[in-house]
Amino acid sequence: MCRGGSCARPQETEFKMKRIYLDHNATTPLNSEVADEVCRCLREDFGNPQTLYSYGKDARKLVHDSRETVASLIGAKREEIIFTSGGTESDNMAVRGVAYGNINKGRHVISSSIEHHAVLESCRALEKEGFEVTYVPVDENGVVRLDELQKAIRPDTVLISIMHANNETGTIQPVSEIGRIAREKGVIFHTDTVQTFGKVKINVDEMNIDLLSASAHKLHGPKGIGALYIRKGIRLKNLIFGGHQERKMRPGTHNVPGIVGLGKAAEIAARDMEGGGNKVLLLRERLWEGIKTNISHIRLNGHPAVRLHNTLNVSFEFVEGESLILGLDDQGICVASGSACTSDSLEPSHVLTAMGLSPEIAHGSLRFSLGRNNTEEEIDFVIQALPKVVERMRSMSPLYREFLKKQGKT
Amino acid sequence: MYSEKVMDHFRNPRNMGEMENHDGVGKVGNPMCGDIMELYIRIENDIITDAKFMTFGCGAAIATSSMVTELVKGKSLEEALKISNATVAEALDGLPPVKMHCSVLAEDALKAAVEDYRKKKGVGV
Ligand SMILES: Cc1ncc(COP(=O)(O)O)c(C=O)c1O
Ligand code: FES
Repeated sequence: MCRGGSCARPQETEFKMKRIYLDHNATTPLNSEVADEVCRCLREDFGNPQTLYSYGKDARKLVHDSRETVASLIGAKREEIIFTSGGTESDNMAVRGVAYGNINKGRHVISSSIEHHAVLESCRALEKEGFEVTYVPVDENGVVRLDELQKAIRPDTVLISIMHANNETGTIQPVSEIGRIAREKGVIFHTDTVQTFGKVKINVDEMNIDLLSASAHKLHGPKGIGALYIRKGIRLKNLIFGGHQERKMRPGTHNVPGIVGLGKAAEIAARDMEGGGNKVLLLRERLWEGIKTNISHIRLNGHPAVRLHNTLNVSFEFVEGESLILGLDDQGICVASGSACTSDSLEPSHVLTAMGLSPEIAHGSLRFSLGRNNTEEEIDFVIQALPKVVERMRSMSPLYREFLKKQGKT
Repeated sequence: MYSEKVMDHFRNPRNMGEMENHDGVGKVGNPMCGDIMELYIRIENDIITDAKFMTFGCGAAIATSSMVTELVKGKSLEEALKISNATVAEALDGLPPVKMHCSVLAEDALKAAVEDYRKKKGVGV
């Protein structure tokens, strides 16, 4: 147990209680069991797993056990798991590592238009280096078009990288089908499961997955730690160079406390997957019902059914997302938006526009992503607070006024 | 990320709403992110006696709209035209760099409103 000192739970928890956190797709609060394990490891197990004496052995055991837990969560073997600094590094390693490692076969990669930037920017980097990338489009629900995927495969295609669930809409991709297609054509298949790892059942063999990215902080684990599953026999090049850790694929002294945190978070996720998932799904449906009943001119973004159980992406017409976020933050409610005004690039979400949403509709989008600590009371509070915020922003909106005038005329 | 003043103007926007019998209106859109602002002015003897706005946009866009209506009131047209986006941003205790373009919307709307007034009056700009 880790009490007292710098690891003691902060006093301000009570203050934070008044906040309602609905942005679990961005990151999640650290589970207290995980925090205890990580703190204990930070204090006691400082050894370097590469060393031969007792401290090293202890640390090595922790890394070994965590690897076992992570592997078993996806039906993989321990040796097929590599620890990384998170989802971004895993995605980089998979996409670029496979591309560099299979140049003798070809220089063509297939991905989709709705991937996380960690994959998209890795693809862009490859394009600058002379690789070719095909970005498969999605339908209006944000599901990758399998017909287009089939058409995109060429003799020189080395990799298909398509995510499991999209972080903005929660839409779940037909990963099993994609895996089957990839296997038939002899193409390596990578999937970013950062949003589904520990939330949705995954089996790398049943789904024909060759590489898989995961991250601890979306799973009530610590930030800066993740994993990459690499099927035995898959060829890829390492991107960084150094010692012999992680089969030289990912050198550098192990982040043992992080690895412990990932393992513990994965263990808890496996234990709670079904019950926790159902609870979150009910809360999300309660929120959606409440929004539908109380606010007009809205639109659900993403697949109506085949969607991650915690995610609800809704557009509120005639208003802009950042102002909604600020208005909700005043009530203690934390959510995200795909509005151009919330991005540093001043472009609306590439995911929403890829689904064919107009920039105006993307502008007014809010993403609610729930977690297992949310309560009915919190959701009910949001249901009564949100209409007021939307109404206030609409009262300022020239678009809404025009709309009302037009309605008055007809 | 926003100053207290920005948040104050966002929470309690001054002079928000449509002006029925205005003397000039500036309707501008933000080419960067697609937001829209409308600024209305009432003018007596070349002095701006009242100003109102409606805005579809981010927190900074709403705050700068609100602030510009405050700044122009009581000013002559000449003085009002000297108000730049930097003036508006400064009056709000600054804006994050990525949000400076939102204050340009306020300046553009003001210029457009004065131009509209002058056009209606048949005065050259
Ligand atoms: C789908 C997806 N992939 C990758 C990442 C990046 O993961 P990390 O923050 O661990 O680098 C995220 C998190 O934002 C994500 O949602
Ligand atoms: S108006 Fe869009 S970012 Fe400010």
